[in-house]
Amino acid sequence: MSIELKHVSYVYSAGSAFERRALNDICLTIEDGEYVALCGHTGCGKSTLVQHLNGLLQPTEGQVLVDGKDINAEGVDRKRLRQKVGLVFQYPEYQLFEETVEKDIAFGPRNMGLPEKEIHERVRRAMDHVHMSYEKYAQSSPFDLSGGQMRRVAIAGVLAMEPSVLVLDEPTAGLDPRGRDRILRIIQELHEEKNVTIIMVSHSMDDVARLASRMIVMMDGTIAASGPCREVFQKRDLLEQAGLGVPAAVKLCLKLREQGLQLPEDLYTAEELHDHLLKLFKEKGGLKGC
Amino acid sequence: MLNNITLGQYYPVDSPIHRLDPRMKIILTLLMIVGVFICQNFSGYILILLFTVAASRLSHVPFKVMMKGLKPLRFILVFTFLLNLFFSTGTELFHVGPVVITREGLRQAIHYSLRLVFLVISTSLMTLTTSPIALSDGLEQLFSPLKVFHFPAHELAMMMSIALRFIPTLMEETDKIMKAQKARGADFESGNLLARAKAMVPLLVPLFVSSFRRAGDLAMAMESRCYHGGEHRTRLRVLKITGNDWLALGIMILLLVLIVLLNIFVPKGLIL
Repeated sequence: MSIELKHVSYVYSAGSAFERRALNDICLTIEDGEYVALCGHTGCGKSTLVQHLNGLLQPTEGQVLVDGKDINAEGVDRKRLRQKVGLVFQYPEYQLFEETVEKDIAFGPRNMGLPEKEIHERVRRAMDHVHMSYEKYAQSSPFDLSGGQMRRVAIAGVLAMEPSVLVLDEPTAGLDPRGRDRILRIIQELHEEKNVTIIMVSHSMDDVARLASRMIVMMDGTIAASGPCREVFQKRDLLEQAGLGVPAAVKLCLKLREQGLQLPEDLYTAEELHDHLLKLFKEKGGLKGC
Repeated sequence: MLNNITLGQYYPVDSPIHRLDPRMKIILTLLMIVGVFICQNFSGYILILLFTVAASRLSHVPFKVMMKGLKPLRFILVFTFLLNLFFSTGTELFHVGPVVITREGLRQAIHYSLRLVFLVISTSLMTLTTSPIALSDGLEQLFSPLKVFHFPAHELAMMMSIALRFIPTLMEETDKIMKAQKARGADFESGNLLARAKAMVPLLVPLFVSSFRRAGDLAMAMESRCYHGGEHRTRLRVLKITGNDWLALGIMILLLVLIVLLNIFVPKGLIL
């Protein structure tokens, strides 16, 4: 399922003293099966943009097309759309409300009007996706879980609608490293095994370099850069300007080059750098060569 | 949707009225209310009208904004007017069928309506020119003499400021949770009353949970900074009564005296 934004602008509280232009003439296409990272400084319009993708916000100007159809046209079934384009908000654990984990995850599918048996299966599948044991947790209260587990339950609540596009607004914010890796692995698995299109808002350039196939850099409500991560990381000045910086591996490369080590330009992730350095090390004869 | 609600009706401009001490403004408003109630004849109302117009011009609050406060009152106003007009006894002016309009009825209808209008305008003149925080500060200090009788003035003002402080935060939170549930297919807009009430559960439960969490966090933060209310607490903005405040009080007292004099010396019913 592809998403296309055509000259989308969005103005908050138009006409009042608090008027603020959050998006300015955004043109963007996201193809089926992509893993796109959306990056930018706080307040650059990422979250506003994300809410346009499933019709929670309607553009002041321009159009949002999902599968070629304008989602804000009259007579469009928003519920169906929101089931196809799943949106996980920032700190999604704050939306949990049911008595049990099972009931909470079932909220989405139940709103879709599915039969009980199907709902039950979907809950099981969704919990499986987020690595939560159904037997162990389905009947416990979501408020008794740890922060990381709550977040996974909340994500499962969106996954249970089985969307073909999954939009996540900073899914790892405020989690410890283990919780973070877990969430990122879950997203990766969905992308690879289920071919779900992923659009992820992220501040971590390391995660972006490692996971995304394309990145979009936003600045002041416009798209400052868009393209494969490797290309965008070349524009170091622009990334600095957007308040993002470059992955840790790129910084280390710079330092090593200053020390006179010959390194190619396209090392962006810790793994790549590690492999390359190891290769150099072996070429030079291991420890003896030093 | 929730962005449009501004907190209170404070109109943030700079004016002599805005700069008055909130305590004095509360007292002035009370005196004004007294004035409106003791006024017995029409010439007194003209005086009050002139005073209100002058004060609102001085406050730099646009006339339109001032009148906004009257809008929700229009039904009560019409109701009061008609009730007094039709259901009073006295000398008959004229009648339409069985409905008799009396001289006293007409007089009372006009008086009560005017009282209502001036009540609302004078109190909204205060709330328009005083920020909610300043208002609760002022209330606290006005009530502080009651501490002798163990009246928790500081604590009440504290609760009021905290409540005011968290209204925008809660609105933002409501908006966010609403959107998050909508993204899961929740429907807040359609269905009958029962269905809609039921649809609020996924909104209210997270809202309560986060309010309690926030309250806990805030209590912890206050405690870890050794907050302790009441005595020996100094404040960032110390309220000071200035010359202007005394001047305003003087004008208000003059107004009250004039109203009383008019009551005594201008016979009732000279004009109406």
